[in-house]
Amino acid sequence: MDQFIQQMVNGISLGSIYALIALGYTMVYGIIKLINFAHGDVYMIGAYIGFAATTYAQLGFFPALIISMASCAVLGMVIERVAYKPLRASTRIAVLITAIGMSLLLEYVMMFFVGAEVRSYPKLLSSETFHLGNVVINMQQIYIVATAIALMILLQFIVHKTKTGKAMRAVSIDQDAAQLMGIKVDNTISFTFAVGSAFAGAAGVLVGIYYNSIDPLMGIMPGLKAFIAAVFGGIGNIPGAMIGGVTIGIMETLVSGYGNSMYRDAVVFAFLIIILILKPSGLLGKNIREKV
Amino acid sequence: MKALSKRNLMILGGLLLFYAAVQVLIITGILNPFYEITLATICINIILAVSLNLVTGFTGQFSLGHAGFMSIGAYVGAIINMQMNSMTGFLAGIFAGALAAAVVGILIGIPTLRLKGDYLAIATLGMAEIIRVVFLNLEITNGAAGLNGIPRFTNWTWLFLFTAAAVILINNFIRSSQGRACISIREDEIAAESMGINTTKYKVMAFAVGAFFAGIAGALYSSYFYFLKPGLFGFLKSIDILVIVVLGGMGSVTGSVIAAVLLALITTFLQAFTEIRMILYAALLVIIMIFRPKGIMGTKEITDMFRFRFGNKEERLQ
Repeated sequence: MDQFIQQMVNGISLGSIYALIALGYTMVYGIIKLINFAHGDVYMIGAYIGFAATTYAQLGFFPALIISMASCAVLGMVIERVAYKPLRASTRIAVLITAIGMSLLLEYVMMFFVGAEVRSYPKLLSSETFHLGNVVINMQQIYIVATAIALMILLQFIVHKTKTGKAMRAVSIDQDAAQLMGIKVDNTISFTFAVGSAFAGAAGVLVGIYYNSIDPLMGIMPGLKAFIAAVFGGIGNIPGAMIGGVTIGIMETLVSGYGNSMYRDAVVFAFLIIILILKPSGLLGKNIREKV
Repeated sequence: MKALSKRNLMILGGLLLFYAAVQVLIITGILNPFYEITLATICINIILAVSLNLVTGFTGQFSLGHAGFMSIGAYVGAIINMQMNSMTGFLAGIFAGALAAAVVGILIGIPTLRLKGDYLAIATLGMAEIIRVVFLNLEITNGAAGLNGIPRFTNWTWLFLFTAAAVILINNFIRSSQGRACISIREDEIAAESMGINTTKYKVMAFAVGAFFAGIAGALYSSYFYFLKPGLFGFLKSIDILVIVVLGGMGSVTGSVIAAVLLALITTFLQAFTEIRMILYAALLVIIMIFRPKGIMGTKEITDMFRFRFGNKEERLQ
């Protein structure tokens, strides 16, 4: 039982990181119906910016987090403007291929500049541990979960209480109608990319601290898993992405803890295929009927 | 069309001439072993690209898991070939590998091909990852270390034979009534369905045929390069194949062939700079999509351009 609770604790902290990345996927998908493959790489670059800020500029956790989020926000907007905006009228497949290309471009440009080797993150947070019975919780996990929750509350506030948030919701429902109502669609889409990428940047820093190592290809797997989390929760749905992220995190730690950790990725992908077949709209998503 | 029409004879003659020319170059040593590897890569990539083009370009089902089928062919072919170290073993390995890939293609295709567009892309990607993880954990595939010392039977003759056969067979499939059904699914799935086309059947068929040839490519690969490990068939391999198809033009067999040759040459020249090659690949994908989304050939074939000059009168009237 203790082991089970321990796995749950680990799963929730890993899951909150997935949830942060999944939020970016789900917001972008909600607004322009694009699986932004490059999102996982924005997260990787966020981790590197955090690394640079803490190692070379000797900054602490919070300044590094904020610098990383701000830079990733800018990066997200640039990616949208350069790669996706010219394709807004093209087929979905064309945009998807562009997103894959963008993802590879970020990975290998990064590899070109920082090298392929794994770097170890500086110790930013104390690794103090708390014992609750036999369950061990460390300080880093508390920081990760707290940061994730704070950011999610902020996002809920932005989406539901501000004017920009209202514009985001309007554009995601009907882009043309929103434009006719005087909403600046381009700016709203840019803002969505900025927020989503900022969250990915935050996740990058948190992962760097948690796993202590970063490399230019670190974004591929978490990116895909976060996407699975977004699909599981119902893509386009913000609370769904959070639930999905935590579920995938817990699932992964349970498979590693009780089964064979080599099969961890396969189980997550099998889970995705099962969801897509049984309930493609996800846990909280709405069913959309296809029209001619 | 007659089997021995003027056009077919010309194609056959051209192929034989090309085969003989390259064979002479190899025997005389003008084409050194280094370029022979490029040649093998070109042939294998042509088979992969043309078979993926059938699924993605002609049937319109976006698949990101082609490397998965290739790995099945490669492993099955290699294991059989290592048990039976003979020419029979080699050929049996190729066909068993291709059949295994096709069967897996059918099994995976039936549930996943109900999905559309980006969901299908992710599902096929997931499936290829699952195949990779399974090979990583099986006893017979020797896990992450991979298989070593696979007997080498693949040579230029076999590569040429299988590549030509794959291109011609897929080309004929596309021009058959089944192929036209596949194209109609790409153009408009709902319209195709309302015209009485069993869309699931044809999608699975295209998927299985694509997987079959990817399996052949995989088996040829394993027998040419002696060595296999699951890491060779990851997500990036699938993207490699996709880049060829997209660059050549989704829906053009000859486009895939041209793009496969072009990219293999670029890869050879950038051998020493892997990172620059990948940056170039990635930038190429983005730039093609923004400026010329239909690729080099679009949906046209090279032969379309020559038809007016070489085609006989009857063909022109049609």
